[in-house]
Amino acid sequence: MTSTTEPTEPLSVEQLSATTLLRFATAGSVDDGKSTLVGRLLHDSKSILTDQLEAVEHASRNRGQDTPDLALLTDGLRAEREQGITIDVAYRYFATARRRFILADTPGHVQYTRNMVTGASTADLAVVLVDARNGVIEQTRRHAAVAALLRVPHVVLAVNKMDLVGYEESVFAAIAEEFTAYASELGVPEITAIPISALAGDNVVEPSANMDWYGGPTVLEHLETVPVSHDLAHCHARLPVQYVIRPQTAEHPDYRGYAGQIAAGSLRVGQEITVLPSGRTSTISGIDLLGEPVDIAWTPQSVTVLLKDDIDISRGDLIVPSKDAPATTQDVEATVCHVADEALTVGHRVLLKHGTRTVKAIVKDIPSRLTLDDLSLHPHPGRLVANDIGRVKIRTAEPLPVDSYADSRRTGAFILIDPSDGTTLTAGMVGESFAAPQPVKDESDDDGWDF
Amino acid sequence: MTTVASVSEETESSPYALSHLDALESEAVHIFREVAGEFERPVILFSGGKDSIVMLHLALKAFAPAAVPFTLLHVDTGHNFPEVLDYRDRTVERHGLRLHVASVQDYIDRGVLKERPDGTRNPLQTLPLTEKIQSERFDAVFGGGRRDEEKARAKERVFSLRDEFSQWDPRRQRPELWNLYNGRHAPGEHVRVFPLSNWTELDVWQYIAREGIELPEIYFAHEREVFQRSNMWLTAGEWGGPKDGETVEKRLVRYRTVGDMSCTGAVDSDATTLDAVINEIAASRLTERGATRADDKMSEAAMEDRKREGYF
Repeated sequence: MTSTTEPTEPLSVEQLSATTLLRFATAGSVDDGKSTLVGRLLHDSKSILTDQLEAVEHASRNRGQDTPDLALLTDGLRAEREQGITIDVAYRYFATARRRFILADTPGHVQYTRNMVTGASTADLAVVLVDARNGVIEQTRRHAAVAALLRVPHVVLAVNKMDLVGYEESVFAAIAEEFTAYASELGVPEITAIPISALAGDNVVEPSANMDWYGGPTVLEHLETVPVSHDLAHCHARLPVQYVIRPQTAEHPDYRGYAGQIAAGSLRVGQEITVLPSGRTSTISGIDLLGEPVDIAWTPQSVTVLLKDDIDISRGDLIVPSKDAPATTQDVEATVCHVADEALTVGHRVLLKHGTRTVKAIVKDIPSRLTLDDLSLHPHPGRLVANDIGRVKIRTAEPLPVDSYADSRRTGAFILIDPSDGTTLTAGMVGESFAAPQPVKDESDDDGWDF
Repeated sequence: MTTVASVSEETESSPYALSHLDALESEAVHIFREVAGEFERPVILFSGGKDSIVMLHLALKAFAPAAVPFTLLHVDTGHNFPEVLDYRDRTVERHGLRLHVASVQDYIDRGVLKERPDGTRNPLQTLPLTEKIQSERFDAVFGGGRRDEEKARAKERVFSLRDEFSQWDPRRQRPELWNLYNGRHAPGEHVRVFPLSNWTELDVWQYIAREGIELPEIYFAHEREVFQRSNMWLTAGEWGGPKDGETVEKRLVRYRTVGDMSCTGAVDSDATTLDAVINEIAASRLTERGATRADDKMSEAAMEDRKREGYF
């Protein structure tokens, strides 16, 4: 960074405690200016403190660099600094008067698709960076595809280095149009394109004086105001049971509560519920919100639910409204991102963790592999290696109440685990890959699901 | 209708948005309950420092009205602040918990560990910690580490796999997707679990204020006899300070972190209340480790190296 604005005034105690939390991910490479953008967001929000900046300046000088290399702030591991690359997702934290932010800073390089997938899995928003001089390139399309696959609700296209194209509106407009068309086709529900110069500070925190033609928000303004909660009325309510709380004390001899984090939607006292996979039913008689009785609770609150009837419920069960129960199945068809070094093959025996339940499973088929750069399908690849995206068919040893990932990110997601050494193999999303699906043609097998 | 969780200012557009503290609390409780559901012998590392105090508070809430299904483990450097030990013992008694202690002094007395020339005992904690984990067969060990503390910690997982020597191999860490934590481990291995991964120092203090959590008094401004070493105010005491040429003076200070007395510095402060502390941190231009920990100033990769060896 060549110039920086002065840090803002410290926030008051009241301001600090009344904020919401936004989890977002950035995708892009050093060449796109991602480190500079992240550095500026952190610096201008006063999140880089003097001793951290001094350490970076010191390390930069030792490497013969004149200006502090802000990539050193996020490259935490020795191997990363030695090789000048980012290996892993780095989590960064900053706050403004309006919001607290958790930033999953993911490297954009091709072999690190798994990191982007990891970062995007918990993100409410993804920032995709492009260099205004290069426009939408393969990597940009890959980032858009990951955001679409992971169903990140909000995507920001930051067209960076506008200073190097003379702050020309036409350059920005063409890139924004091409990207928006592409991402919309993939089903990204909301796309916001912002022309910026991370280096000069245009439209990152402060509005640019060089682009009068742009009337939209700065990156930070957008991050501060984008909605973080969903319309619960249209969500399926889901509570994976983590733990059964039974004090068995003189004070609470009969207390039996089902503890879990509401994965989607809302639950209320008096609601009729069904427990899956058993199918037993009861009525919610009480909800404890960490020591406080409430009538209604919603995602992502951690609660303890009490039922009218003493029925058999244990860890791994899913509590759902009786009116809105998903079907259970032993045949799961999903889009996956393979995250382990060891390949995933047809016939692979694995463990599948869905919600709080882990079951044995077998990979029945890998109908196709997907190239994210151009969304081309490669039928029956036989195996998926690290960073591959593909379609899989899995048979589970027990029925699972899975939702389509499009309907519920939490209860439509699963991971595959190697039973021998516990390695996390694969991240899975049940159902079609994209909102506007590229159908996988597989005439040999028609006993799959309808989604 | 009874009460619901505090809803933030943005109620017009999103009535169901949680405040950031509610969101962080819910996430931490979820992590505690996952461990209770999937592990046999979990333990909470409890130093009497603010992060471990917040961890215990969250664990108590996660399982109420039942007891916390974990024991506590304190790695005792032998250079403890008496106020903190006192707090530890009161807390254990009040909640009817079981406390394990791994004592660095024992290891020194037995000749297994040698005192370092600088008198710092922080790096000596790793062996007693590791051996206690092995002998008690703990399979999940909760630590209060936060990703905002230090750049090697920024890449730490919530569930962090350790081999039988407690070593951390950054390349062997599993990608963590959604909130689907993978706690599988081989016999002899264990998993370090960090429920406060996504909290910042300020979040911890705001949560302490919101929940009315009691802290050891050394976190608040008080008069103390200190001397200066490596640009930090250290407490004079039997552990080995001050040395020749170091002069003791009485200053108004407080501690931002609580660790071994030999390497945990106090900061000049007149903050005697939680609000004053929060304002002070919000205005501070130094990280808590930069301001108060000599052991993190050793090198660019000091924390990464200690983590690899099995440190907290």
